[in-house]
Amino acid sequence: MDSSQLLGITTFTFLFASFLYISALVFRAETIGKVASGFTVVALFILTLGLGLRWIESYKLGIGHAPLTNMYESVVFFAWTIIIFYLGIEWKFKTRTIGAFALPIAFLAMAYASFAPLNRGINPLVPALQSNWLLAHVVTCFVGYAAFAIAAALGIMYLGKTSFGAGAREAQTKELLPPVSVLEDITHKTMIFGFIWLSAGIITGAIWANSAWGTYWSWDPKETWSLITWFVYAFTLHARYTRGIKGKTIAWLSIVGFIAVIFTYYGVNFLLAGLHSYGSG
Amino acid sequence: MQNNNSVWHFFASVKLALTTLFLIATTSIIGTIIPQKESFDWYVSQYGSKTAQLFAVLDIPDMYNSWWFISLLFLLGFNLVICSIDRFPAVWKQVKADGLQVGPERVKKMSTQRGWHSESPASSNVQKITEILKKYGWQASKKQTGSDTILFSQKGSWTRTGVYLVHSSILIIFLGAIIGSLGGFKGFVSVPETMARDKVALYGSREIVELGFEVRCNSFSIEFYANGMVKEYTSSLTILENGRELFTRDIEVNSPLTYKGITFYQSSYEAYQDFVVTVVNTATGKRKSFVSAFQKQIDWPEENIRFGIINAKAKGQSIVSSKIWFTRNNGTPATQWLDDNVLTPLDGFSEEYQVNVKQMYATGLQVAKDPGVWWVYIGCGLMLFGLYVAFFMSHRRIWILVKDTGKGSEIVLSGSANKNRPGFETVFDKLASELEQS
Ligand code: HEM
Repeated sequence: MDSSQLLGITTFTFLFASFLYISALVFRAETIGKVASGFTVVALFILTLGLGLRWIESYKLGIGHAPLTNMYESVVFFAWTIIIFYLGIEWKFKTRTIGAFALPIAFLAMAYASFAPLNRGINPLVPALQSNWLLAHVVTCFVGYAAFAIAAALGIMYLGKTSFGAGAREAQTKELLPPVSVLEDITHKTMIFGFIWLSAGIITGAIWANSAWGTYWSWDPKETWSLITWFVYAFTLHARYTRGIKGKTIAWLSIVGFIAVIFTYYGVNFLLAGLHSYGSG
Repeated sequence: MQNNNSVWHFFASVKLALTTLFLIATTSIIGTIIPQKESFDWYVSQYGSKTAQLFAVLDIPDMYNSWWFISLLFLLGFNLVICSIDRFPAVWKQVKADGLQVGPERVKKMSTQRGWHSESPASSNVQKITEILKKYGWQASKKQTGSDTILFSQKGSWTRTGVYLVHSSILIIFLGAIIGSLGGFKGFVSVPETMARDKVALYGSREIVELGFEVRCNSFSIEFYANGMVKEYTSSLTILENGRELFTRDIEVNSPLTYKGITFYQSSYEAYQDFVVTVVNTATGKRKSFVSAFQKQIDWPEENIRFGIINAKAKGQSIVSSKIWFTRNNGTPATQWLDDNVLTPLDGFSEEYQVNVKQMYATGLQVAKDPGVWWVYIGCGLMLFGLYVAFFMSHRRIWILVKDTGKGSEIVLSGSANKNRPGFETVFDKLASELEQS
């Protein structure tokens, strides 16, 4: 059994769990929700094993490094952080409905990693990537990205819920979607959490750049996009202090913010050129 | 420093902050789409001369250093300063506020509260409560008016300044950036092996900076992985001042050398046709390095030896091994193949001499001086700390009203927190139960 098989199993388990979470939501069946949680925990366990095994495999190849160094590995790690983060929310806020949005994101990430034309090999690191800051930088950024993914999912739920007409109001009381105020609260908290981690991610990246090139900030497209993303969330946090900006705008901003995240993470590599060598691989 | 002036209000407003953040975020996109710092001709060839001219007027080719972009950053900073001056005094007042100024009526009206009756007299209750509070880290102060005694205690009043820590951290980062751009430089120097340099060419200008000391490259090497990818570039550098060697260190990518505030980063290299030949006399320990062109004879008169590189094998651009011709005291010359950059005994000379032959390189060093970088790092640290304080720590206050009824006491415990109320309520309930049972 090697790491890629474990990651393959994870992909399909995420797909299955996605269906379970969605059915739990649609059929309002708590039991299905519990089964969905069970499968998600199992999938997380397998994914963790897979990542750990890949780490060990890299040492066996004599080029040991954490599995966070190319597009493929980072997408897998993204799925991993999203699931951890989601399970944390499920446990803390006692609601499973967000799973119907979070699990599909994790599944899509894994499916993209498995089927897109990416380099899936374990490669040695070029000199610039041989730094402890690499680990700190990637981990902090991805924890932030995962939080923002969940915040966007919550934003979509919020918009879905508030755009049901008055007729749906009765049904809503029974509905499994959490109340609007709860959604708003979790969205806000999730964005704050992501903002702190993104700040740490940008800072560790700057320190790393300074130790490799003598410039902590050079406005290359990836850096600039991460800063744009950071500004979007800074904007969102401050919007609350202005009258007239309410839940619906915040929900939209959580989606805009996540689009900026995706562009930072993915778009820059494939659409623009820059220092970050990830994407081409 | 509340001010009713409308200019003041404009610069203190969150609306202006939102506008500036929006403008910075959206205009930043331009420079990620239009390549930066190309020549005017390049923009003409890509976008046509009209557009290129427009770009030039708007400083698009170097937009992150343009007057309008820098002005936006300054506006953000200015907005922050005014906004903080405007709001901070009120926050500070809350930090310093004396909770005992709150009267018994307000204590009874707070939303988080619990009341109970006790048989024992007020004074013994006050003492017992003070002790229990102390056990949980609540240092209480006390005020008595008639039959009412109020105890007040608070934790984390300073955490109300968290947001201002974040805001000042941004100003400190800006300050660091300004110090760096005024008092620092970025440049490049190429140092051939065995040679020293004391000047650096700056980027983006024709300026040359005198280092005030010399940096010598003793050797440069490239290490490869089995698959041919580069594993590491290493330069051995020596710093010399007034011709005296101060210290020697190896630098790699991600591991630079700093002397007198100037940092040298491994950045590139250049391969030459020449060789660096190091000869060691193992009997006396004497060693010397020479730069030798291909098929040229070199003399070392003190040792009375002559040598030259007469052949070489290369793989791509890199020399793998080279053939040396060597003679001593004008005796019979010997020849020998040597692996590149391996110190090898010379067969014909009873191992008295060891020789290292390697292809000659120049190491390319990025040179930077940035006296503002520590300000930037301090600002970054403060930002993370401030964010943690602003979002995860709260100012928690509790009041206990003990009323002497003659037969016993009426006790009311109430409290408030400026953030994370559910968390506070858990603490509050636990405290209330313990106090009530005592
Ligand atoms: C990139 C720049 C900025 C960052 C990263 C930043 C960060 C923050 C953070 C993290 C908070 C706490 C938000 C919350 O509690 O939900 C905050 C609050 C606030 N910020 Fe900023 N800020 C920035 C710029 C500004 C500017 C330019 C202003 C100028 C008006 C401003 C005014 C405020 C105000 C009024 C608050 C609310 C303070 C309170 O709770 O009493 N911020 N800021």
